Amino acid sequence: MTTDIGKFKHDSPMSGVLRMERMPHIWCPGCGIGSEVNAFAEAIKRSGIDHNKLVVVSGIGCTGRVAGYVDFDSIHTTHGRAIPVATGIKLANPELTVVVFSGEGDLVGIGGNHLIHAARRNMDIVVICNNNFTYGMTGGQVTPTTPTSAITSTTPYGNYEYPFSLPLLADAAGATYIARWTSVNVRNITQSMEEALVHKGFSFIEIISPCTTLYLRRNRLGDGVDMLQYYQENTVLKHGCDTRETAIDFQGKIVVGKFVDKAKPTYLEAVDKCAVRLVGDDYQLYGKTIPEREAEEKAEKERVAARRAVVLAAEQAASEKAAVKAVKKVATKAPVKKVAAKKPAAKKPAVKAAAKKASATAVARKSAVKVVAKKAPATAAAKKTRK
Amino acid sequence: MNTVSADPKGVDSGPHFMDGDQAIAEGALAAGCRFFAGYPITPSTETAERFAERAPEVGALFIQMEDELASIAALIGAAWGGRKAMTVTCGPGFSLMVENIGLAAMTETPLVIANVQRGGPSTGLPTLTAQQDMMQARYGSHGDYAIIAMSPDSPQECFDVAVEAFNLSEFYRVPVIILSDETVGHMHEKVVIPPADQIQVVPRNNYSGPKADFRPYKFDGQGGHPMTQCGDGYHFHITGLTHDERGYPVMTAEQSKIVITHLMEKIRSNADQIIRLDEDQIDGADVVVVSYGITSRIAVKAIQDARREGIKVGSLRLITIWPFCEKRIRELTGKVKAFVVPEINYGQMVLEVERCAAGKSKVISVNHCGGAVHDPEVILDAIRKANQ
Ligand SMILES: Cc1ncc(C[n+]2csc(CCOP(=O)(O)OP(=O)(O)O)c2C)c(N)n1
Ligand code: SF4
Ligand SMILES: [Mg+2]
Repeated sequence: MTTDIGKFKHDSPMSGVLRMERMPHIWCPGCGIGSEVNAFAEAIKRSGIDHNKLVVVSGIGCTGRVAGYVDFDSIHTTHGRAIPVATGIKLANPELTVVVFSGEGDLVGIGGNHLIHAARRNMDIVVICNNNFTYGMTGGQVTPTTPTSAITSTTPYGNYEYPFSLPLLADAAGATYIARWTSVNVRNITQSMEEALVHKGFSFIEIISPCTTLYLRRNRLGDGVDMLQYYQENTVLKHGCDTRETAIDFQGKIVVGKFVDKAKPTYLEAVDKCAVRLVGDDYQLYGKTIPEREAEEKAEKERVAARRAVVLAAEQAASEKAAVKAVKKVATKAPVKKVAAKKPAAKKPAVKAAAKKASATAVARKSAVKVVAKKAPATAAAKKTRK
Repeated sequence: MNTVSADPKGVDSGPHFMDGDQAIAEGALAAGCRFFAGYPITPSTETAERFAERAPEVGALFIQMEDELASIAALIGAAWGGRKAMTVTCGPGFSLMVENIGLAAMTETPLVIANVQRGGPSTGLPTLTAQQDMMQARYGSHGDYAIIAMSPDSPQECFDVAVEAFNLSEFYRVPVIILSDETVGHMHEKVVIPPADQIQVVPRNNYSGPKADFRPYKFDGQGGHPMTQCGDGYHFHITGLTHDERGYPVMTAEQSKIVITHLMEKIRSNADQIIRLDEDQIDGADVVVVSYGITSRIAVKAIQDARREGIKVGSLRLITIWPFCEKRIRELTGKVKAFVVPEINYGQMVLEVERCAAGKSKVISVNHCGGAVHDPEVILDAIRKANQ
């Protein structure tokens, strides 16, 4: 049987959100970026946001390629400059929802100045930062977030620098929405993205994710699935955590959660306030008065909410249907199910291979990571070799 | 070029007394520029200050960014966000902008950058004049690409050139650089801003056809192609990577040839339409002084004195710097004894004149290391020498 790739792409649930004509993508198997993009696509669908009013901007890097795959207005910029480009877009047309999706080297290394200033201004954009502790695209060099002692191609004897804690940095700079997850927390990522998309002001979402090919391999941390398991076992959920307590040590605990969610006038609101004081009530930006813009925004918000309600209702109906089916299945095929459930325990390696094949998302969703056989602790082994 | 009358909202018609920097801001507003992102640097800051002051009443947006890297990046965003956008700087800031001038050239993004030149290298002479960034304006970013650059010699021309810079930028979808200098930037003179209906501007040309046929690029070596803006529903993609007409990365030698040829030829093959020169008594001249910006106003004195001495000397003033007026220099080559090229640098545009003169006419460089304008006497000496 041959597979009709064209039809497959067309029928994909991601069609309409991702540029299917550009698949396959460039990311390595097990790389966390893929599952983040899935979560993003899911968040966009659930948010009810008009796909025509959404812009995605990336810098340079493996994560920087995200802009090339999403089926919205999208700009792939230069290394570090995604945030100021996004700022220009948002200020040129305040009706747009502008999302920056890029890597930590891009956003916090070369582009760090833009990150803190956009946060300081409370620029109304969403910044999604894939933090894989490495410059993936260029072959795995040290970044401003690489934990001390980790091995990278430019810290072959272990990193001796102090890393940034990104939530603390964003918080200190003035971001008004800050969350951190690992790439195993797909549902939480999706939810945070949904919240950030409607949050008024500067939103920052950090996603700790595995660079399987470079960071994991160099530090002998196993493969993508091992890392997801590691995340699951080592994340500490602390909503509202003081961002001063979010530092990450090499293979230490990772504090995740929503740390900041507060209201503060955005940059454009501040501009409006100043201009109206000067010019009076007929002040216009690009030919529109403040009440006109507010009315448009309100109408759009209502449309978004209506679309979101439809999606959520459909989701609800589907899950109820699935629940009814499952109950029926259990009632009729209970004995068979038991046998099936036993199988994985008996055939661990087979299940492991299957779990590896499954996408990171699927793995996380089904919690299949728990079925994976425990390997010799990769961490300990890695630490030994490094000595 | 399809043009319409300027939006009166941005046009402060009437006679003014202002400096060149301020006139650039007024020209930009008249041309329909509604977005300015910049970072302060002498001697260019007055443009930013003027724009910031005027923005609320015009309904434009001004933002002071954290640096010049951010300023030029914000312009690219704003341009694709649907606005005409500009920034202003001088050498140190321009040096920070060059990477994204390349991105703007590669993504065919219309925007205008004014470089009010001061003496370099490095921090150099922060408050003193120079014309040392002529080559940087053309070649500053890496890779092969083309831009347009113009050089005004007075505050009035700052206004005029700013309008024209936007028009060319929109039509050719290319960064246009205004190469002013500290002297013109800070000199106060009469500037007459015409009524809005006498200012012709090129409106943004946004695509409006069916989505399936939309392409952000057309690689035919010509200008005049439509673009789009965020929010119009075309789901465009642009990248600094070598790309196809859909904007999707295609990183091959073949595609590089297609893209680079287009970027170069859309300017080169239209040079005759783009170039503006100001000529005086060139017919029958033995010596032609090639100059631009403030130096051309200094040269006027030397030219007048030389004519009084009976030397047949003409003036070729470059209003358009890039593309260079190769054709005109080649036409004059052989007919004139010599070209005299005064400029406030160690000899930059003179290299272009020499290239086109190809050894068939003498070319005399009258260089100057910046910090002041020429003494007209020095230019006069060069004219005398050229006439021998
Ligand atoms: C000005 C500039 N300097 C360096 C590079 C080379 N470069 C490309 S991607 C990259 C690192 C990207 O790292 P990160 O943002 O963490 O993304 P990742 O690949 O890890 O997703 C670097 C240094 C560049 N493209 N431009
Ligand atoms: S190199 Fe690392 S970051 Fe890049 S795609 Fe591969 S796994 Fe992901
Ligand atoms: Mg990285």
